[in-house]
Amino acid sequence: MAVEEYKDKLPLKIQEELNEIIPKNTAKSKLNMINEQVYKEYMKMKVEPGEGVGLVAAESIGEPGTQMTLNTFHFAGVAEMNVTVGLPRIIEILDGSKAISTPMMEIYLKSPYSKGKNIKELATNIKETTLKEAAKEISVNISNSTIEITLNMEKLKILNLNVAKLAKQLNESTKGFHVKAADDSISFKPRSKNTELNEIFKLKEKLKDVYISGIKRIKQVLPVKRGDEFVIITAGTNLHEILSLDFVDTTRTTCNDIYEIVEVLGIEAARQTIINEVSKVIDAQGLNVDIRHIMLVSDLMCHNGNIKGITRYGVISEKSSILAKASFETPIKHIINASLVGEEDKLNSVIENVMLNQPVPIGTGLPSLVSRKVPE
Amino acid sequence: MARTKKQRKYDVSAHQLVPKHSKLNQKDTKALFERYNITLKDLPKILANDPALIGLDVKEGDVIAIGRDSPTGGKITYYRGVING
Repeated sequence: MAVEEYKDKLPLKIQEELNEIIPKNTAKSKLNMINEQVYKEYMKMKVEPGEGVGLVAAESIGEPGTQMTLNTFHFAGVAEMNVTVGLPRIIEILDGSKAISTPMMEIYLKSPYSKGKNIKELATNIKETTLKEAAKEISVNISNSTIEITLNMEKLKILNLNVAKLAKQLNESTKGFHVKAADDSISFKPRSKNTELNEIFKLKEKLKDVYISGIKRIKQVLPVKRGDEFVIITAGTNLHEILSLDFVDTTRTTCNDIYEIVEVLGIEAARQTIINEVSKVIDAQGLNVDIRHIMLVSDLMCHNGNIKGITRYGVISEKSSILAKASFETPIKHIINASLVGEEDKLNSVIENVMLNQPVPIGTGLPSLVSRKVPE
Repeated sequence: MARTKKQRKYDVSAHQLVPKHSKLNQKDTKALFERYNITLKDLPKILANDPALIGLDVKEGDVIAIGRDSPTGGKITYYRGVING
């Protein structure tokens, strides 16, 4: 047990461990001694002032990174669902890419849906559906210059749509055409008589990709069983819309697009997502990187309220030293820009001092001698 | 970056990725600055329109205390200064 005196000094995790290990009926004096010893050890293990933690983090993530495979892999047993893993994914996260190559969501469901109730229907309803998926045939009638769409009624029933509703939707997304609904088909007739045939063909191609139901940007859905509950995994993300659905568990549903997380859940959630995503990749490769290094990197990326990637436009552009910026990428551009406006380099950081062959201000190079002038 | 202005039907703070955000009062803010010998500009930042701050009524210059669940230290408190962005 932790003694009162050390409750503020020791981190909660260590206190909990102490509570577990030490027997309940230990004498107070012994407890004091144990706490004192633990505190001493804890202070010894702390990072010392001036330690180059960033450098250590870079090496600790970089070295295992050389052993990562460069492939994407398939979801076991399911066709056409590729996931970016390994080094490309790490690069994507740490660069702060806006358009990631495989956006994905994990949608947790509320009970009773999490037990598998209507799971297939829910999944199909989430998926973004275009007209070509709900149509049996889309054809152009050249003699009447009309477009005729024969619909797949079973599909429409699953999607909770009927022909009239669909025709109204299509009417809104096309201009200059009369939309007419029949029993299981919809026809398009141009308003003006002299519409050219190639415009009708253009419309036909356009109609194929018209959005009719579901949630935009959700390209694929896949219900899977995880533990004893059902989860829907999707390709494509739209966190805001998904969280607005009433059957979704809004406390656990996540996506892997960091920018979307910032927008919907805020910067702290994004920081946690960076940590989770990076550790996921590293664990999947069977490598071992201490989480502190990853935490340091993601804290840095999120430190000014927006996500900044480790690129010359992101984190590096915030450095105060021109030489440090120039040493990262495009040195000539940085030096020319700096000389044009007459920038100054205060030589406060590491890399510019290495260039100039001076002691670097980390570790033992950090402290400098201050002397007090004794009045005579 | 423009944060979504859409109406939210869900509770952002209930999400497991979002730690507890709370506004520090004047006295605690001063104590924090004195304890670490810093000013507001030395703190990491959070935008005033951050979704996690909905309902906290913050303005530029406030300090937000964030109660993170750290895998290494148990519960720790992190501070961010509010900026307009």
